[in-house]
Amino acid sequence: MAQAAAIAHDDHHYSSTGLSSWKVGFWTFIGSECLFFASLISTYMVYKGRSVVGPYPHEILDIPLTSISTFVLLMSSLAMVLALDGVQKGSRKLALIWLGGVILLGSAFLGFQVYEFSHFVHEGLTLKTNVFGSSFFVLTGFHGAHVSVGVIWMITLWIMAFRNRLPAAGSLKVEIAGLYWHFVDIVWIVIFTLVYLIQ
Amino acid sequence: MSVATGTLKAAPAAHAEAAGLWSWVTTVDHKRIGIMYFLTSFFFLFVGGLEALLIRIQLMRPENAFISPETYNQMFTMHGTTMVFLVAMPMAVAFFNYLVPLQIGARDVAFPRLNALSYWIYLFGGLFLNSSFLFGAAPNTSWVGYANLTSLQFTPGRNVEFWIIGLSILGVSSIAGGVNFITTIINLRAPGMKLMRMPLFTWMTLVTSFLLVTALPVIAVALIILGFDRFFGANFFQVTAGGDPILWQHLFWLFGHPEVYILILPSFGIISDVIPTFSRKPLFGYPVVVYAGILIGFIGWGVWSHHMFTVGLGPIADSFFVASTMIIAIPTGIKIFNWLATMWGGALRFPTPMLFAIGVVAVFTVGGLSGIMHASAPVDLQQHDSYFVVAHFHYVLVGGALMGLFSGLYFWYPKVTGRMMSEALGKWHFWTTLVGFNLTFFPMHFSGLFGMPRRTWTYQAELNLETWNQLSTVGAFIFGAASLLLVWNVFYSLRKGERATANPWGASTLEWSIPSPPLHYNFPALPEVRSRDPLWDEAERREVEAATLSEPAREPQMPSPSFWPLLTALGVVLTWGLLMTHLWWAPLGGLAFTAFMVFNWAFQPAFR
Repeated sequence: MAQAAAIAHDDHHYSSTGLSSWKVGFWTFIGSECLFFASLISTYMVYKGRSVVGPYPHEILDIPLTSISTFVLLMSSLAMVLALDGVQKGSRKLALIWLGGVILLGSAFLGFQVYEFSHFVHEGLTLKTNVFGSSFFVLTGFHGAHVSVGVIWMITLWIMAFRNRLPAAGSLKVEIAGLYWHFVDIVWIVIFTLVYLIQ
Repeated sequence: MSVATGTLKAAPAAHAEAAGLWSWVTTVDHKRIGIMYFLTSFFFLFVGGLEALLIRIQLMRPENAFISPETYNQMFTMHGTTMVFLVAMPMAVAFFNYLVPLQIGARDVAFPRLNALSYWIYLFGGLFLNSSFLFGAAPNTSWVGYANLTSLQFTPGRNVEFWIIGLSILGVSSIAGGVNFITTIINLRAPGMKLMRMPLFTWMTLVTSFLLVTALPVIAVALIILGFDRFFGANFFQVTAGGDPILWQHLFWLFGHPEVYILILPSFGIISDVIPTFSRKPLFGYPVVVYAGILIGFIGWGVWSHHMFTVGLGPIADSFFVASTMIIAIPTGIKIFNWLATMWGGALRFPTPMLFAIGVVAVFTVGGLSGIMHASAPVDLQQHDSYFVVAHFHYVLVGGALMGLFSGLYFWYPKVTGRMMSEALGKWHFWTTLVGFNLTFFPMHFSGLFGMPRRTWTYQAELNLETWNQLSTVGAFIFGAASLLLVWNVFYSLRKGERATANPWGASTLEWSIPSPPLHYNFPALPEVRSRDPLWDEAERREVEAATLSEPAREPQMPSPSFWPLLTALGVVLTWGLLMTHLWWAPLGGLAFTAFMVFNWAFQPAFR
C-alpha cells in the first residue's frame, strides 16, 4: 500500500483530489470569467434606458434573427458533446465530424454577429453614438471574441484529430475545450435574455 | 535533529541545478520564480518609497514649491499604484511561490510555465507603467482613477493611458497566478496533508488566490470600458451622453475592497506561522483562525461602498455597508485574539521575525480601530479624503501588510539562501522602522482631523498644519533610512550570514524538514503527514525526515525549462502597449505574435 502510494507520488500526474489539475485550474479560470462577464453585463444593465439619443434597443434589436443565431450556438454545444464522446470512444471519424460541426456552427454564429454589427453601424449605431451603443458593442463584442478564440481552439483540435494526434487517452484536451465552449454558450444565453428578450 | 550544512555540500553532482542567466530566464522552478518576484518587488519598493519621500518633502512646509503640482499628482498616483500593484501584491506572490509547494509537500506548482508567465508579465507590466516617466506622462489621476477626471476631456495626454494599460497587463499576471495557486493547493498536497492540516500561510494564500481570480476581472472590465472611452470614443463615462461616473466607483471598489484583503491576508498567514514558532506552541484555535480568514474573504466582497459614503447612495445602502463593515471587524478581531492567545503562556523568543510579527499585531490593530471609526457613515463624512484616512490605510497596509512581509523575509530567508540574516541589523531595522513608521503616520490622524485634504499639492500656513507635516516628513526619512538597513542586511547576509541549518528556528511545518536551501526538486520522496505540526511530534518528524532527507533512487522528473512564457509575456505587453499608438490595427500585430507564442508553448511538452 505504502509502496504503491510512493510510486504514485513520483508520477507527475499525482493529485490529492484525484481530479486532473488541468480541470481544477480550468474551472477556476471559468470562475474568473464569470466575474468578467458579470461586470460587463452589469454595466449594460446599469446603462439600460440611459441613452439620450437613438437608435434605442427596441428600434434596432432583431429578436427573430438573433433567435436563429442563438439556436445555432446552442446546437454547437450539442456538437461539442458528441465530439468529446467521439474522441473518448477513440473514433477519429466522429471526432472530425463533430469538431467540424462545432467549427461550422461557431463560425456561423460569428457570421450572424458580423452581419448584425455592420447592420447596426449602417443604421447609425456605433460605439460612439450613445451609451447603449457603447455597452452593447463592448459586451457582445467580448462575447464574440471569446467565441472566436473557441473556434481557433476547435480548429487546432480538428487538425490534431486529422493527424491522428487526438487519441482517446488525450480526450482531456477536448474535455477542457468543451468546458470553455459550453461556458461561452451559457454566457450567451444570459446575454440573449437580458439584452434581447427583456428590453 | 537538523541537517548539518555538510550534507548540503555533499549533495551529489547529479542534483546540481543549471546555472547562468539563461537558466533563470527560462526557469519554471517555483523557487527561482519566487526569488525573481521578490527582487523585482523589492526594487519597486524603493521606487515607490522615493516617490513617497518627494511627497513628504513637498508637504514639509506650507506653500512649498519643491515639486510642481503636476509632478505632485504624478507622485501620489505612482506611489499608490506602485505600492499596491508592484510591491505589496507581488511581494506576497513571491512568498506564495517559494513557500506553498514546500509547505504542502509538492515539487512545484500545478502549472510551472504559467507561473513563469505570471512573473514575466508582472515584470514587463511594471516596467511599462514606469516607462511613462520617460515620456513625462506618468499617471496623474490617483491610484483610484475616478471617472470622469480620467476622461480625455479633463486629462488629455497619455498619463491615464499608461495607467489603464499598465494595470490591465498586471491584472493578467494576477489572475494567472491565482488560478495556479488555487490548483496547486487543492490538488498537489502531499499524502495526509488534509486542508485542515495546512499551515496558515498556505491557507491564506488559498483565500487570497480566490480573491485574486474573482476581484481582478472586475477592475479589468472597469479599465476596459475606460479604455474604450479613451481609445475608441465610447461614452461609458460621458455624462452628457448618459454615462455615469459612479459606475466607475462601484466597479473600482468592488475590486478595490477585496484587494485590501488580497494585500493583508498573506501577512496574516505569515505571522500565523511565525508567532507559534517563537511561542513554541501550536497556533491557538487553528480552525477558528482558518474560518476567520475565509469569512474575511467572503465579507470582503460586501463592504465596497464604505469607500463611497460621500457619494450619497441613500440611507438604506449606507446602513447596509456600515453594518457589513463593522461585521468584518469581528473575524479580524478573532485573529488578533488568537495570536495573543498563542503567545500567552508560550516559551517566547524574540528574534527579528517575531518582533515584526508582534509589530503587525500592534500596529494593524491601531489601523483596524481607526477603520471602525470611519465604518460609521456620519463619521466618515468628516474624515473622507482627509489625511485621517491616509493614516488609517497606511497603518493597515504598511504596519499590517508590509511589516508582515518583512517578518516573513527574516523568517524564511535562511530557508531560501542557506544563511541567517544578521540579527543585530535586523533588530536595528525593526526598531527604526517602528519609530519611523509611527512618526510618519500617527501625526496624519491629527493633520487629517484638523482638515488637511488628501492629494493636495500644498496647504496654507494659517491652517497650522505645519508641525504635524514636519513630524511626518522626519518620520518618513527615518523609515526610508531604516529600509536601507534591510537592503544591507539582505545582501550582506547572502555572503557573510551564519550558515543556516534545515530548521534554524525550530519551526513545525514541512518546509523546515528539507535542507536550506532546498534541492531543486524539493522533496526526494514525498513525506506522509499526520498532523498540523509534523516536526513537533518526535515520531512523525523522524518519519517525515526519512523521506525529505533521503537520497532518491533516481532524480524526480521535473518540468523542463521554457522560454515560451517569456515570449508570450512579451506578446501580451506588446498587444496592450501597441494600443498607445492609437492605430486600431497595431494591437492586432501584438495579438498575432502572442498567439504564435501560445501555440509554440502548447505544443512544447511540459516534461522532457
